[in-house]
Amino acid sequence: MRIGEKEATEMLAHGNPMELGKMADAIRRERFGNTVTFIVDRNINYTNICQNECRFCAFFRRKEHKDAYLLDYDTILGKVKETVEAGGTQVMIQGGLHPDLGLPFYEEMLRRIKSRFDITIHSFTATEIQHFARQEGISILDTLKRLQAAGLDSLPGGGAEILSDRVRQKVSPKKIMTEDWLHVMECAHSIGMESTATMVIGLGETMEERIGHMEKIRRLQDRTGGFRAFITWTFQPGNTELGGEKASAWDYMKTLAMTRIYMDNIAHIQGSWLTQGEHIGQLTLGFGGDDLGSIMLEENVVRAAGTGYEMSIRKMVQMIQGAGREAAQRDTEYRILKRFPRN
Amino acid sequence: MLCTKEYEEIEQKVMRGERLTREDGLRLFACPDLAWIGAMADYVRKKKCGDIVYYNVNCHVNLTNICLSRCKFCAFGRDEGSPGAYAMSKEDAIELVRDAMRDPHLAGLHVVSGLHPTWSFEHYLDILQTLHEKFPSLYLKGFTGVEITHFSRISGLSVREVLLRLKDAGLQAIAGGGAEILSDRIRRELCPKKATADEWLEVARTAHGLGIKTNASMLYGHIETMEERVDHLLKLRSLQDETGGFQTFICFPFLPKNTELGKTISQTSMWDDLRTMAISRLLLDNFQNIKAYWVMLTVPVAQVALGFGANDIDGTIHKETILHDAGATSPLALQEDTIIRIIREAGRIPAASDCNFNILPTD
Repeated sequence: MRIGEKEATEMLAHGNPMELGKMADAIRRERFGNTVTFIVDRNINYTNICQNECRFCAFFRRKEHKDAYLLDYDTILGKVKETVEAGGTQVMIQGGLHPDLGLPFYEEMLRRIKSRFDITIHSFTATEIQHFARQEGISILDTLKRLQAAGLDSLPGGGAEILSDRVRQKVSPKKIMTEDWLHVMECAHSIGMESTATMVIGLGETMEERIGHMEKIRRLQDRTGGFRAFITWTFQPGNTELGGEKASAWDYMKTLAMTRIYMDNIAHIQGSWLTQGEHIGQLTLGFGGDDLGSIMLEENVVRAAGTGYEMSIRKMVQMIQGAGREAAQRDTEYRILKRFPRN
Repeated sequence: MLCTKEYEEIEQKVMRGERLTREDGLRLFACPDLAWIGAMADYVRKKKCGDIVYYNVNCHVNLTNICLSRCKFCAFGRDEGSPGAYAMSKEDAIELVRDAMRDPHLAGLHVVSGLHPTWSFEHYLDILQTLHEKFPSLYLKGFTGVEITHFSRISGLSVREVLLRLKDAGLQAIAGGGAEILSDRIRRELCPKKATADEWLEVARTAHGLGIKTNASMLYGHIETMEERVDHLLKLRSLQDETGGFQTFICFPFLPKNTELGKTISQTSMWDDLRTMAISRLLLDNFQNIKAYWVMLTVPVAQVALGFGANDIDGTIHKETILHDAGATSPLALQEDTIIRIIREAGRIPAASDCNFNILPTD
C-alpha cells in the first residue's frame, strides 16, 4: 500500500534509520535483484557565467569576473569526442544562465554534436530551459520541442533542489520556483522526453518539506511516468555564500532509504558517491540504491565546492562488487550495455 | 530479508536473545544482506545499551615506533636508526601530554608503543609512573597484550607480576590492540615475533583476575578466512564468559598502505567493515560495548556505524600516528564538539567517559 505524506514525515523524522534501510533494501531487491548499474558520461559545463547567483553555488561567476568562461563549439565538440573515445555513452551539458546567449546557440550546439557523434545528449536543467524560453520569448513546451528537434534526448533532474518555495526564496530567490520546475518536467514528459528527478538536502529544509518534495514528484510521475530515476544529493557548503554544515552521512542514508520507500512509481534510486564519497556511496546500495550514477569525466560544479572525488570504471566496479553485487554499465535509459564478471 | 530457513532462524534467535553458533556466524558472513544484518545488530545494541554513545577526550601517546616485531600488516614500526624512527624521552612524553592538557576536558591517555629492542620494562614503567605523577587527573589506559607479553619476556617477570607493577604505577585499563586474529596460522605468517594467540588471551585472563579491565580487537581484511574471523570472535566470547573483564570490542580493518602486506592485498570495502561490525555485535553477546573507531572507518562511516551495533566512537585522540602511517584518510584528531555533533546527528546521546566507561560529569 502507498505510504502517505504524514506517515512518511513521521518515519523520516523519528523512524529507526536501520529499519528504513531494511525496508528500502527489500524493495530494491525485489525489483533489481543483484544488479547495480552505472553510466560512463561526461559533464560539460559550457559556461560559468550566471545571472542567478544562488547562494548555495560555488561555480557561478559574473560576466566581468576574471575566471568567467564560455566554451566555444570546437571546445565542446572536442570534449564530446573525448567522451566517445573513452567509452562514454552520454554527455550532460549544463551551464549557468548566460545573459546573452539565445536558443539558436543551443540548437546549433546540439545539431553539431548529433551530426558528428553517436551519443546521448542528456542535458540542460529545468532552470536553463526556462531561461532559454524567456530569452526566446516562447513557451517552455515550444522551447523543448525545438531542443528535441535539434537533438536533445532527455533532461537531467538538477535544479529541483528542494521543491519548497519557502526554502527557495531563502537560498535561490532568482532561480525558478517549485511550479516552474514541475512544469518544465511535465512539458518534457508530454513530448516523450524523459528525465530524472533530484533533491538536495541540507538547505535548511524541514523533514516535512523533504517529503513534500517527494510527494510533488510522485504526483507528477503518476500522471506522466517520465521520471527514470530519483537522486538525492547533499548541499556542499564549501566555497558558497550559504555556507553551514553539510548534511550528515546518517541523514543522507535515511533520506535515501525514504526516497526508495516513498517513490514507488520511480524505478531507479541513485546513490551519490560524488557528494558522499565512495564509502557512503557504496553503503547506499544497502539502503535502497540500485544505481551509482556516473563515472564523471568532468564535474566542475561539484569540484568547485570542494568535493574532488574521482572515479574510474575499475574503482566503480570494485565498489559494486565489494558490496556483493553484480556491476553493469548502462545507457541513459537504464538499458544494460555491459556486465562485469568477477575475477 | 533473504527468505531462507537459516536466516529466519538466526533472526528469531536474535530476537529471543539466544546465543548464535559458529555456523550462524559463518552464515552471516556469507549473507549479502547488509541492511538486515545491520538492523539486527542495531536492535541488540538498543536493547542492551540504550541510546548512549561513549566517547573519550583523550590523547594517544605512542612512545616509540621502533619495534622488534615488524608485523607485515604494520606501517608504523621501524628498525632502530632507519628513516622516520623515533623514541620519545620521558620529557618528550610529558611535553606531548602538557600540550594536550590545553584542552580542559582532557580525561586520559592511551599509551601504546612499539616493542623497543633495547628499552627495559623499568623504562616503560618509569614513563608511565611519571605521567601518572605529573598528570594525576588523567586516566591511564595503555599497553596491549602484545606489549605486556614482551615486558614479561624481557624482564623475566611473570605476566601477573608485570601487570601488578603497571597497576601500581597507575595503569587503570589495558588497550585492546595486538589481538589481530587469534590464530597461530595467521600469526606465524604475519607476526611471528610477538605474543601468540594463547599468550594474548592469557594476558587478558590474568588482568581480569587482577581486576584490571581490558579491551579486545580484531584486525581483519588481510589473509584470514571468514572461519578465522568467526573463530576469533568466539575465542573472545568464551574468555568473556569466563572472566567478564572485556569492556569494548574494536574492529580494525587492515589498512594496506605502506605495509609489506599491502603490496598484494587491497583495503576492505566499507560494506565489509560495517558487516563485520554488526556481526561482531551479534556474536559477542557478552560484550557490553562495540567501538566504531573513526580513525579507520572515517568520520561519516563511523557515524553510520552507530546504526550497525556500535555504541562507542573512541575519542578526540589529539594526534593519531599509527594508522595514519598506513594511509588513514581521516583527520589526525577530532574536536570534542565534532564528536558530540556526529553522535547527536545519529539521534543518540553523547557521553564522555573514562577508560572504564564511567560517564564523566560535564560542565
